[in-house]
Amino acid sequence: MAAVATNTILICAGGACISAGEESVKDAFKDELKKFALDTVVSVVETGCMGACNLGPLAVVYPEGVFYQKLTPDAARKIVREHILKGRVVEEYLYKGPEGEIKPQAQEELPFFTKQVKIATRNLGVIDPTDIDEYIGRDGYFALVKAVKEMTPEQVIEEIKASGLRGRGGAGFPTGLKWELGRKSKGDTKYIVCNADEGDPGAFMDRAILEGDPHTVIEGMVIGAYAIGASQGYIYVRAEYPLAIERLNIAIEKAREYGFLGKNILGSDFCFDIELRIGAGAFVCGEETALMASIEGERGQPRVKPPYPVQSGLWGKPTVINNVETFANIPPIILKGAKWFASIGTETSKGTKVFALAGKIRNTGLVEVPMGITLRELIFEIGGGIPGNKKFKAVQTGGPSGGCIPAEYLDTPVDYESLKELGTIMGSGGMVVMDEDDCMVDVAKFFLEFTVDESCGKCTPCREGTRVMLDILEKITNGEGTKEDLEKLKQLGEFISNSSLCGLGQTAPNPVLSTMRYFWDEYLAHVEEKRCPAKKCKALIRFVIDHDKCVGCTACAKVCPVNAITGEVRKPHTINDDECIRCGSCIEVCRFNAISKVSP
Amino acid sequence: MAGIDVVADKGKLSKLDEYIDTLKNKDGILINVLHKAQEIFGYLPDEVIDHIADRLNLPPSKIFGVVTFYNFFSRKPKGKYQVKICLGTACYVKGAGKILERFLEELGVQPEEVTQDGLFSVHPVRCLGACSMAPVVLVGERDFYGRLTPNDVPTIIKKYREG
Repeated sequence: MAAVATNTILICAGGACISAGEESVKDAFKDELKKFALDTVVSVVETGCMGACNLGPLAVVYPEGVFYQKLTPDAARKIVREHILKGRVVEEYLYKGPEGEIKPQAQEELPFFTKQVKIATRNLGVIDPTDIDEYIGRDGYFALVKAVKEMTPEQVIEEIKASGLRGRGGAGFPTGLKWELGRKSKGDTKYIVCNADEGDPGAFMDRAILEGDPHTVIEGMVIGAYAIGASQGYIYVRAEYPLAIERLNIAIEKAREYGFLGKNILGSDFCFDIELRIGAGAFVCGEETALMASIEGERGQPRVKPPYPVQSGLWGKPTVINNVETFANIPPIILKGAKWFASIGTETSKGTKVFALAGKIRNTGLVEVPMGITLRELIFEIGGGIPGNKKFKAVQTGGPSGGCIPAEYLDTPVDYESLKELGTIMGSGGMVVMDEDDCMVDVAKFFLEFTVDESCGKCTPCREGTRVMLDILEKITNGEGTKEDLEKLKQLGEFISNSSLCGLGQTAPNPVLSTMRYFWDEYLAHVEEKRCPAKKCKALIRFVIDHDKCVGCTACAKVCPVNAITGEVRKPHTINDDECIRCGSCIEVCRFNAISKVSP
Repeated sequence: MAGIDVVADKGKLSKLDEYIDTLKNKDGILINVLHKAQEIFGYLPDEVIDHIADRLNLPPSKIFGVVTFYNFFSRKPKGKYQVKICLGTACYVKGAGKILERFLEELGVQPEEVTQDGLFSVHPVRCLGACSMAPVVLVGERDFYGRLTPNDVPTIIKKYREG
C-alpha cells in the first residue's frame, strides 16, 4: 500500500467548476476510494480556482501531477480504478492539443499555464482554502512573523514602497505611499479596509482569491495594520459572493485561534482584528468614500475628496483602503523582498496582474501574468484566440470605467500607463474579448445602461448626463441618429468626465469615448447609412432565407414565435419582414445555413 | 402576501432580536441587520422595518432610505426560487438577453415579479463573477447554470417545479 499512500487528488472547487458539477465528481471520487478501502490513504482536497475554467470540472492527481479535465462522476470512478489502483493514466480525460496530442501534465506543458507567473494567486488550486495549516505549509503567515518580529512599521512601509507595488483595484496608486500617509496621519484610532466589492461586470479575480486563498488577504491586511498602526480592519465583500463570505468567516476564526488576529498578536503589543461587512448590491460602493458610508450603515453615496480616507475616513478616522489582490501581494513581498518583486514587470508597473479572461475567447478563466506582457500574448497565446474562426475585434478592459482596444494595438504592453494612453484603464482585471459579431455602438450602450442603473443620483452630471447619453445611443442603434448626435455624445462625455463627483461618473463616458475613437466608422454607418456592420442592432437588420439553400424542411416556420415564416413543405420558405421580431430563433434551428442577417 | 402577521411571526422576530443582541456595541450594523432580516423573512415588510427602527433606535425613514438604496434589499416578497440572470459584459456578449426573455416568457412574469404559485421570481442581476461560464444563471444561492442556450430554460424550470 505504500505506493498509493502518497496519492492526493486535488479537485478545483472554483466557481466555474462548481457550476460544471464539481460536487458530484468529488462525491464519486470519495465513494469509489471508499469502495476499495483507499479513503484513508488517498486524500481528496477541494482547492480554489485552478484558472482553466473552460475545462472544468478539473482535478490533478499527485504525485505525478496528472491533469484531468471535463470530469464526470463516471470519469472519477474510472480514475480511481485505473490510475490510483493500477497506476495507469486514464487518457480519455487528459487535455488534448489542437492536433489531438495528449498532454498528461498539462500544467507544465500548456502556454496557458507556463506563461503565467503566480504571486497573488500562488496558492489557488494548490491548497484547501478552509485549512489554515495548508496555508501555513506554503509559508503562510511567515511574512507576518517576519514583519512583527524583525521589522519596524517604517521598515515594512519602506519595503512595500521599494517594491513598486501599485493598487490592483484599478487606479494604480502606489501602495507603500498610501501606507506611509496612513502611518503619518494623526488619530487615536485607525482603520484598514479591504475593498472586496468586485463589481465590474466581467471581473472575477478577487472572487477567486477570496474563495481560494482567504488567508493571504487576511495576512496582507494584518501586515498593513501593523505598518500604519490600525487596530480594526473591515473586509467589505459583495453579497453576490456567498462562498467567499463563508470561507472568509472560517479563515478569520482560524486566524484568531492561531493568534494571528486579536490581542497581542504573536506575543507583541500589536492588537488587531477584522470584521466582515457585506455589501448589498450597489456598484458605486466600490468607490472608496461610498464604501465607507456603506460600512457605517448608510446609503452608499460618495462624497467629495479631499479629505482623503487616509486623512478622514471611517467615522472620521484615518483609513487605508486597499483591494483584495493588492493585499494578496503583500506577504510574498515581505518574505522574498522588494528587489525580487521589482525585478518582475516594467519600469512603472511592477509585479504581476491577475486577469479574468472572458467573452469570445477559447480559454476562458483566470490568469496571472507579469506586467508588460502584450495583449496579443495574453489573448492569443494564453487565451488561445477566438473560437469559431471568427475575427478578433476588440478587448474591453476596466469594465464600465474602461474602454475597448482594437486589433491594431494588440502589441501594446499591459501596464497602467500604456492602457491609459489608449483611452482605457487597467481596471481591476476584467478582460472581455469581442469578435466581429459584436457591435461597438451596442457595447457602449450596454455599459451606459449599466451606469445609468448604478448612478447613485447624488450629482447631476452623472445622474442626468449618462441618461441623456444613453438616450442618444438608443436613438443611434434604432437607426434614428444623426451626425449632430455623435458630436453631442462626444461633448457630453467630456463634460461628464470633467464635472462628476466621483470615479463612477468621471469614467462613465469612457466606454463611449473609446469606441468612438477606434470605431468611428461603425458609428457613422449607424447614423449615415442606417446600417449595423456587425448585424447586431435589431432595428437595422433583416432576416432573409436563401432560396437556393432552403429545402423547405419547415423547422424555421415551426420555431418562429410570431409565425412570420411561410412556405409549403419541401419548397423554399420566406420571412415576412413586417412581422419578424428579429429573435434569431430561425437561424439557430436551420441545418442548411439558408438563413442570414443582412444590414443594408 | 402584503405585510406580515407580527403575532404569527413572533418566532422569526425573536430570531432577529437574538442576532441584533450579538451585535450590540458595534457601529454601523444596520446593513448587517437588514441582511439577517431579509434572510429570515424573505423580504423586508414595513412591520419589520419598524421593528428594526425600534430596536436600533433609528428613525424608520433612515432605514427606508437605506433599504431602497441597495438593489439587494426588497420590500416585496420574492419567489421560493429566485432566478438570477447575469447581465454582465461576458454574459451579455454571449446572449444573456435571450436567456432572460425565455425565462420571462416561460414563467409569464415581468422582472422582479413572483409567479402565481409563489415558486419563482426572475431577477436580472449584474455580474455574478462566473464569466468563464457565460451566459450564467443562478437559482437560489448555490445552483449555477452555465453556457446556457434559451432551449435549456424549460429544463431548469421543470427541475425546480418538480423538485
